[in-house]
Amino acid sequence: MNPHRRSPFVIAATVLVYFFLYAPIVMLILYSFNSSRANVKFEGFVTAYSSRVVMDGSTVVSSPCGPFHWFCDLAKNDDVLEAAGNTLAIAFTATIIATIIGTMAAIALQRYDFKIKPFSQLSLYIPIVIPEIVMGIGILTLFSQLFGWMNNAFGLTGDARLSLGIATVTVSHIAFMVPFVTLVVQARLQGFDKSFEEAAMDLGANEWTTFRRVTFPMILPGVLSGALLAFTLSLDDFVITFFTNGPGSTTLPIYVYGLLRRIITPQVNALSTVWILIVFLAVLLLQVLQSREAKPAHE
Amino acid sequence: MASEFAVELRDVVKRFVTPEGNEIAAVDHVTMQIRNGEFFSMLGSSGCGKTTSLRMIAGFEWPSDGEVYIEGKPMGHTPPFQRKVNTVFQSYALFQHMTVYQNIAFGLEMEGAGPDEIKKRVGRALEMVQLTGMERRKPRQLSGGQQQRVAVARALVKTPDVLLLDEPLGALDLKLRKEMQLELKALQQQLGITFIYVTHDQEEALTMSDRIAVMSKGRVQQLATPVEIYERPTNKFVADFIGESNFMEGKIKSIAKDEAKVFVPSLNKEISGLPMSQDFVNGEEVVVSIRPEKIRIAEPAAKGEGLFKVQVLNSVYIGSDTHVYVDANGLRLKVMEQNRISRLDPSSFYSKGQEITLYLLPENTLILKKD
Amino acid sequence: MLQRLRESKSAQGTVLALPTTLWLFVLLIIPLILTLIISFGKRSPDGDVIYSFTFENYTRLAGFSTDCPDGQATCFDPLYLNILMRSLTLAFNTTAVVIMMAYPLAYFIARAHPKRRTMFLFMVLIPLWTNFVIRVYAWMMLLRKEGAINIVIGWLANLLHIPFTPLEMLYTPGAVLVGMVYEFLPFMILPIYTSLEKIDNSLYEAAADLGANAFRTFLRVTLPLSMPGVVAGTILVFIPVMGTFVVSDILGGRQVILVGNLIQRQFLDARDPTFGSAASLILMVLTLIVTYFYTRKFGFGEEIIAA
Repeated sequence: MNPHRRSPFVIAATVLVYFFLYAPIVMLILYSFNSSRANVKFEGFVTAYSSRVVMDGSTVVSSPCGPFHWFCDLAKNDDVLEAAGNTLAIAFTATIIATIIGTMAAIALQRYDFKIKPFSQLSLYIPIVIPEIVMGIGILTLFSQLFGWMNNAFGLTGDARLSLGIATVTVSHIAFMVPFVTLVVQARLQGFDKSFEEAAMDLGANEWTTFRRVTFPMILPGVLSGALLAFTLSLDDFVITFFTNGPGSTTLPIYVYGLLRRIITPQVNALSTVWILIVFLAVLLLQVLQSREAKPAHE
Repeated sequence: MASEFAVELRDVVKRFVTPEGNEIAAVDHVTMQIRNGEFFSMLGSSGCGKTTSLRMIAGFEWPSDGEVYIEGKPMGHTPPFQRKVNTVFQSYALFQHMTVYQNIAFGLEMEGAGPDEIKKRVGRALEMVQLTGMERRKPRQLSGGQQQRVAVARALVKTPDVLLLDEPLGALDLKLRKEMQLELKALQQQLGITFIYVTHDQEEALTMSDRIAVMSKGRVQQLATPVEIYERPTNKFVADFIGESNFMEGKIKSIAKDEAKVFVPSLNKEISGLPMSQDFVNGEEVVVSIRPEKIRIAEPAAKGEGLFKVQVLNSVYIGSDTHVYVDANGLRLKVMEQNRISRLDPSSFYSKGQEITLYLLPENTLILKKD
Repeated sequence: MLQRLRESKSAQGTVLALPTTLWLFVLLIIPLILTLIISFGKRSPDGDVIYSFTFENYTRLAGFSTDCPDGQATCFDPLYLNILMRSLTLAFNTTAVVIMMAYPLAYFIARAHPKRRTMFLFMVLIPLWTNFVIRVYAWMMLLRKEGAINIVIGWLANLLHIPFTPLEMLYTPGAVLVGMVYEFLPFMILPIYTSLEKIDNSLYEAAADLGANAFRTFLRVTLPLSMPGVVAGTILVFIPVMGTFVVSDILGGRQVILVGNLIQRQFLDARDPTFGSAASLILMVLTLIVTYFYTRKFGFGEEIIAA
């Protein structure tokens, strides 16, 4: 029983804040059906009936995809597809590596005392308390100085030249993701009773088998949480990627940013809508999974 | 090649570094020899080193000094999965993500046994702990007592030479605990293997064990059979820790092999008792120890040399016994007398302020070293 | 080898932590050290670094420039200090506004029926997981002269027969603030929700039992117990805002320059990595100082971050 629950102030504030959160998104989606290419004014919906699209106010082009004109445009945009591909590839690779080394580090920090422990803890702590841009330009500096020197020292030219690209982005992503993975896994490890592992070893399992058959299944939810968080961070990252990417390694956020500084067509909105839709489906999926997990308790 | 002893600890030391940075010895020069087929207990309060010692036998800790021998072979620095001993954990440590069957089968899988053999042996193990039919359940669906049995079955299915039990009954309620004590003891006798049992519960240790090692502060205070531990504690700690004892200070007046005479100022009397140490000297300050049930209350009219008068402070009626607390010139003593005759008259149970006469039999009185 | 590893628990810990520690050493520690070194360097003609040791960059940041009007040798130009101030102010303002908006919402969700709580939370997560460049873009569209906000206000004005000229909202400091708040609102809602949710119902009952009304219960029980969440949220908001440049770039244009923009331009347009590094370090130190004093007073709330 709580006196505040029905407070009108709280309810009003809640409604307003949710409105504030969603108004821009709703508007974004609406505009992806804009029949004006300039996207400045909403000229009305591109519908199947008026399969006409006003381009720059003068030229008229018919719209084969009906209301989804801009979405079709998007699908034909190779740059977007490449950026999407890069984003996913980087996110997957970085997540896998960051999860593995992050989990190892979490176990180390939670259970052992070792000489470099304070240093490890400090290193994991720093990325959380400094602005991303500081880390971003630092890494950029590192790569530019390092590559510059190596290219000169070894006389590398052309394709052999070391430069910024997918590798540098991925490696940098791992660096800023690892502290989060470690934090999450460490939090889950706190309740973990060592006696399960001792029992396994007592029964004849060596260290690796114990980890594989007993420890890992038990910490899996925590590891998955950490991996999910890492994946999200990578997908969404802008700042670090901004400073460490090069030609051919554009990711979606970078691509959208670039678009925003040039010509803005409703294609950007279409891209946004697709993105929002995917997020929405993912969230729905998560909710289904969560409620499924809760069920087996009734046996 | 069987050795004389199932497990032997020779001058084992285990040091730990506390969070503050100090080094402490949880196990401080412990030597024990545990015989094949015996039910051996390590008894003491928390922090005494019993659990650490057990863990060194299991292999979860490795000795800082000294050596642990299993079946005559030095195994102190061998990993647990290479030792032929198995453990029943205090928290049971059942694998939550596996069924009862899988839990018990785990150890057999590690041995490389085939599925048919596993099925057979798991079945027998479940029979042994009377849990047949529970194969498909998960640990969290079992009661505490059932989980405990699964833990025992899981360890025993591997037919180890030695079974280690770390306070396995601590989480059970009283009635269940007593039942399990009997069951475990019966199991041990039936299987004939060595059980090494850690507990802080004296009664448990005294009723189940063939021999007990009483431990305190990382050292073995006394290692003997339950009867010897109770009737002949060799130092003040054991006399105090096991059961109850009355202690009096005194000075040795004379010593012979089986008898020592001690002058006890509080009683203003010379007492005869059994010396529990070999190296007493005349004039040494010692502690006289006698258990409450061993002090005799004399008839009021009795006369004799060893008698002394005391004043009753309090008398508590327990039903089967009466506990009488007395004062002898400032020395407090507790006397326990069995209520052999059924009486209803309250005045027959020693009233406050009453003067009564006590005497001590020499064979009940122990002379111990002062700390 | 394996046996030696088994003997030493400390060695096991080191082996497990080594990959992560090395990775961070190379990609975090070394870059920071490098940034420090370079900040004392000079700019080479082609935008690269000449390694030397000079305080030029720092004095320039502090405002002592050699680029003076009236032919003076040195003069004081608070340009960069203003930029720093602007970033600090924006960070504080954003945090304050975000707390005020996030708290009621978090409170509502925490007190809602458990079955519906997940849904409300997911409603907060959807904007969070939508890429933030996209979200900034959305505000860009809203705030324009021809944007939705002006359309609505214009329609209202028409209704009331008030003359109306479209508001110039874009490219103002206000626009940047709105964008920031929108950006970081979910980051404050979640930690506050977590700490509120942890408050046992029986505490409210106890307070009522002891005679506290709704307001006093909130002030003396709810608010203090939710502080770890507020603290965690503040750290999640304040630090990134200090270093932001995207929002000020898109919503502020040339009008609003923050430290982040300054640094970004030094590295990309002006190609003076030494100056940029110096600015970056000052940003980091400033942020750390504020965070340090803040956590000294309010604690770190790390248990909330993990959730």
